[in-house]
Formats: sequence, structure tokens, C-alpha cells
Amino acid sequence: MGIEEHLGYNILTTSLEKLVDWGRKSSLWPATFGLACCAIEMICTAANRWDIARFGMEAFRASPRQADVIIIAGTVCKKMMPAIERIYEQMTEPKWVIAMGACACSGGIFDSYAVVQGIDQYLPVDVYVPGCPPRPEGLLYGILKLHEKILQDPFLTKKYQERLALRQEAV
Amino acid sequence: MNQAAELLQEKFPEEVVEVVEFRGETQITVKPGRIKDICKALRDDNRTSFRYLSMIAGMDYLPQSPRFGVVYNLYSHKNKNRVTLKALLADDAAPAIDSVAPVWSTANWHEREAYDMMGIRFRGHPDLRRILMPNDWVGHPQRKDYPLRGK
Amino acid sequence: MNSAETMKRTETMLLNLGPSHPSTHGVLRVLLELDGELILRADPDIGYLHRGIEKMCEYRTYHRCMPLMNRLDYLAGEVNLFGFCLAMEKLLGIEVPKRVQYIRVMIAELTRIASHLFWLGTHGHDLGAMTPLFYAFREREKIMDMCEMISGARMFPLYLRIGGLAADLPEGFIPAAWEFVKSFPEKCQDYHNLLTKNQIWIERTQGVGVMSADEALDWGWSGPMARGSGVNWDLRRDNPYSSYEDFDFVVPLGKNGDTYDRYLVRMEEMIQANRIVRQVLERLPDLPPGDIQAKDPRISLPSKDAVYNDIAGLINHFKLIQEGIKPPVGEVYQCIEAPKGEMGFYIVSDGSPQAFRLKIRGPSFVNLSAMDKLARGRLLADSIALIGTMDIVLADVDR
Repeated sequence: MGIEEHLGYNILTTSLEKLVDWGRKSSLWPATFGLACCAIEMICTAANRWDIARFGMEAFRASPRQADVIIIAGTVCKKMMPAIERIYEQMTEPKWVIAMGACACSGGIFDSYAVVQGIDQYLPVDVYVPGCPPRPEGLLYGILKLHEKILQDPFLTKKYQERLALRQEAV
Repeated sequence: MNQAAELLQEKFPEEVVEVVEFRGETQITVKPGRIKDICKALRDDNRTSFRYLSMIAGMDYLPQSPRFGVVYNLYSHKNKNRVTLKALLADDAAPAIDSVAPVWSTANWHEREAYDMMGIRFRGHPDLRRILMPNDWVGHPQRKDYPLRGK
Repeated sequence: MNSAETMKRTETMLLNLGPSHPSTHGVLRVLLELDGELILRADPDIGYLHRGIEKMCEYRTYHRCMPLMNRLDYLAGEVNLFGFCLAMEKLLGIEVPKRVQYIRVMIAELTRIASHLFWLGTHGHDLGAMTPLFYAFREREKIMDMCEMISGARMFPLYLRIGGLAADLPEGFIPAAWEFVKSFPEKCQDYHNLLTKNQIWIERTQGVGVMSADEALDWGWSGPMARGSGVNWDLRRDNPYSSYEDFDFVVPLGKNGDTYDRYLVRMEEMIQANRIVRQVLERLPDLPPGDIQAKDPRISLPSKDAVYNDIAGLINHFKLIQEGIKPPVGEVYQCIEAPKGEMGFYIVSDGSPQAFRLKIRGPSFVNLSAMDKLARGRLLADSIALIGTMDIVLADVDR
């Protein structure tokens, strides 16, 4: 996207950014990634009472190529880690990561030989939702925080592209 | 319960090491040598009829020697009672015992888990490989000398 | 060139189902060897959720093991804790008050209904029926509300304690429970209307995953899996624990041992569990609120009055909190009828506050081991029906 170098960061590009960001946050499709108990609360969030469809997110995509956000819900074990990495890398940009639950944030109560102590050791997490498991309202609050983050996402500027490149290098 | 102890005293008297009754349960410690025959007798005999194997647990009694043991818990639907069989393995460095997978098919996965977690080899097992840990994991995590947080 | 040479060479295909798959109910990987759509061999690869719970329990006091126990079969959190508390009470040789036993039975049966509702929703969803999911969750949310009432947490109330309960039932629980019990049977009829005579459901579940009664016992199946095959066995009736012998309930049995029969068995179990909860609610007023823990200074905390005013009470409290309980040397195996089957706890105690060995017999682990036998000769789509009917919870499989 070299066009912003010519156009500059002005009213045209900021409005375009706002439009695209609004579009992105309004229909963030999660990748199905329920690992353990938090997955049950994630399913409850998508079910009748806490209807995640009002945020446009009821379409949990099985294929990572079609997903925007990956909600790591549950304990990440060392045996599962390569699969998670692969799925994350298969997701297309822009992509975000929500670490749901104590186990994804930091290993939770499981401080043992087989558990990765927090998914942020491997993936860049955007929102941490603590809880064991977090209530569906908690997950929705985390998702709304992610929406706020996306609304401020300056994807047209060069600064963003540089940050993105740094992030891809780090992973 | 007592029927199992009686049966074993009758058919395998030199294999029984100890019979303990604790909290209403019967625990019979046997020698590991003829475990398959013992299990088959407990399963097939009409008085005991232990056709159901609840679980097989690998045990590590580290400060003691013999260090490794295998615990079987059997249930009889006919008599509605249970018995716990315990076998202490002779070799501390390379613990091994006959597999009872030919007697109860469910023993297959229980023994794989005991192998994976404790390193106990089951002779005659159809498919002895790791089940819970990744295939290239080194070490047997539930042993007492394996640290909790891993190596 | 004759026809033999021009014949194409065929080989079987290895297909990887999972570990990240929408229908595997968690992180299960099944390696399928296929000939077209026909399954030749199914090899489940588990361990993707192995968290080392058994080893962790050797490093913590018995009370600190309880949150780990709750997270075993996470659909029926409190039932696992029920089994653990019963095993500890057996080891310690103590008896809990009657009211406590009845309340425990009520919580266990409500959790059983919640687990079966989740099974119904997801099993239906996997096979294409999306509506039962939303209907089932409607009722499950009511049970989650009740769990929240007793302790504040939805899935893992951690309400039971070794020797009793954490606290007596709060105000508002009994009316909510009555409301649920009265409305549940007709809601269950809703689910039957959607699925039981549905031609697609029948086609996809009848004849799939057939296991005879003898084979079921040989493979260690228990619970609804064994009862679907006709094995007349229910631990609540045959080896009763915690006053189950006081209650009147029917144990449903299947005939053919296929997925459809197991579905019918679980649906009827929900109705029977509802019946047990109703009986508990009817009898609870006769058991006035009193002790919520067994009065044994080795395990239960003394009353606050004693702690603040009496040095012996203070020391007792201090020692219990700091050191934990010290059961006698010995080993026990206690099993309960969990929603998935026989859940057993083999606890070996060496007299210290930490367990020497805590082995958990997870019913899902044993039920899943027969997957190869069930899947051979079936079509690929049946493997999803099989995983659904086995009602596996990966935390129970992997621990």
C-alpha cells in the first residue's frame, strides 16, 4: 500500500480507514478454537442468552483462512502448540488474538510439565480475558475491547506497516 | 471380595503375597509372574465372574524397593463387588509385566498410559506406544523423580 | 498391453481428523485410514489436553486438589468433585449428615442434566440438527443460574467439601429448583419432537456404532454407553453411595446398542434425574438446616465462635489451614455414576497431607478406546456420529 505516501495522511485516508475499521470490527469471524473448559463458555456466548450474533460473530469458521480473530479458549498444552502455531500462521491478515481464560493468559492453575504457561509465549495477544472460566459477559467485554482496538487501527499509515512487519518477524 | 481371595488361595496359593481388607475393600497383592492366568481365572470362574476391568494404574513407590507396581481394579456385575489386585515388579531399572490385554480388551489403553507415564513395559501388548505425551517426549512424567514443571 | 497392466493402482488414504475440528468436541485427533469413504482403521491420538492433573495432586494438599478435580469432566463439574469427596470420606472413614447427602445428590443430578443437555445440543449440531442446540441451552442456562446461586461460579461451583458442603443452600435456590423441576419434562418433550422420529436422525444414528452387551463389558464401557447395549448396571442403584438408595428411579436400557439407543437412554436419564431432584426437594423440608460438615476435628473447620474464643479451636483451625488434612495410611478406590460412566478415584495415602498417588479413572478415556472397533467398516460421516455418541470430554480423556 504505497498510495498513502502520495496521498498523505489526510481526510480522505482517515475516512477510508474509519470505514474499513468499522467494517472489520462489525463482523469479526472467529476461528473455532475451543480447547478446554473455556470453550464451553465460548459456546454459551454464542448460544441463546448471550447471543454473539448481535456483534456479527456467530459464524465460527472452521477454516482459519476465513477467520479474523482466534479466541484461544482453554489450556494450551505442549502437544497442541504446533497445531496452534500452524493455524495462526494460516490465518490471513488482518488477524487478532484473544486469550480467553486463565490458562491461555498465563497457564492458569496448571503449572506442570505439559502446559504452556501462557499463549503469549508464542502468539501476539491483543486482549487478555481472565477468569476460570470467564463468564460469557466477560468474554463479550473482551470482544468489545478488541472492537475498540480495531477502531483505532491505522492500517493505511506507514507506521502500521512497519509495526506489522516487526510483529511478523517476531512470531 | 472374599471370593476372589478364596479363589486365588485355591488355584494360585504361591502367587498370593498378602490380602488386606480396608474400608470394606479387598486388596490382594500377588506376584507379577502369572498375572495373566490369575486375571483369566478371576474373569472366567463362575463364583467371582470379574468380567469388567475398571482401571490399571501404574505405581511408583520410589523410596521403597521394589519401586514399580501395577494395580488392577476389577468389578463383578454378578456379585456387585470389587477387588483390587496389586503386583509389585521385580526389576527397578526396567520394570515389565505381562499384558492382560488378551483378557480384557479395555486393558490396551490403560497399559499404554501406564507405559507412557511410568515407563512400565507390558509384554505381549499389541501396540505399546505413548498415548498422552507427544511421541518424541523423553522421560516418564509421573515417576517420582521427574520434576513437576518438567525438564 | 493386457488389462492387468492398464489397471490402476489403488491405495488407502490417511486422513487426519482434528485436533482442531469443529466436531471433535475438543482437541481430539483421529487418524483415519480410508478407502474412499469407508473407514478401514481409526486410531485416536489423545493427549492434546493432558495437563498433568494426577501428578499435580501429589504436590498439593487434598483441599487444594479440589479445583483440579472440578476441571476434569468440565461439562459436569460438580460430579467429579462429588466422587473425589466421597473417596476422601471413605479413606478418612467419616459419615456426612443426611441433609448434606441429599443436597449433594440434588446438585449431582442437576449437573447430570446439564451435561446431557450439552451432549444433546452438540451431538445434534454435529449431525446437522442445529435447533436442539438452542433449545437445550435454554434449559442448561437455568441450571447454570442455580449453580451460580450456590457459589457464584457457573460451571465449577466448588460447592462440595471433604466432609460436607461449603455452606447451606442459599435463599431462592429451592424455588428456582422447583420451577426447573416442574417445567423440565415438557421441555424434554420438545427435544423428542425434534429428533426422535426425525427420519434424518434415524438414518444417521440407527445401526451406527453397534456394540453388544458382552463386548461393552469387555471394552470397559459403563454408564449410558453400556446401558445402550443392554447392560443393566447403574452404580447409583447397584452400589449406592450418598443415600441414593432412598430414591426411586428407573434405569433406562437400550436394546440394539447403536447410537439411536444411546440417544434414547440419555434422554430418559434426564427425565429420571429430574425425578430424583424432585424427590430430594420434597424431602428436604423434613431435614432441617444444621451441620453442613461432618463433626470431625481432623477435617472440618471449627465454628467461628470456637476459633475466636477458645485456644483449642484456634489451633485446630490453624493446623487445618496450614497443613491440611492427614488421612490414615491406606488406599481406596471409590467410583460414582458420572454422566459419562464410571468415574473412579484411586487414592493412595501415606499419612501425609499430600496424596501419594491419585489415579483418576476417566470414563471418557475408556469409552474412546473402543473407537477403532466401532469405526471399522463405517463411512467417514459416521465417525462424527460415533464421537458424539461416546460423549467424550477431552479433559476427562487426557486429565
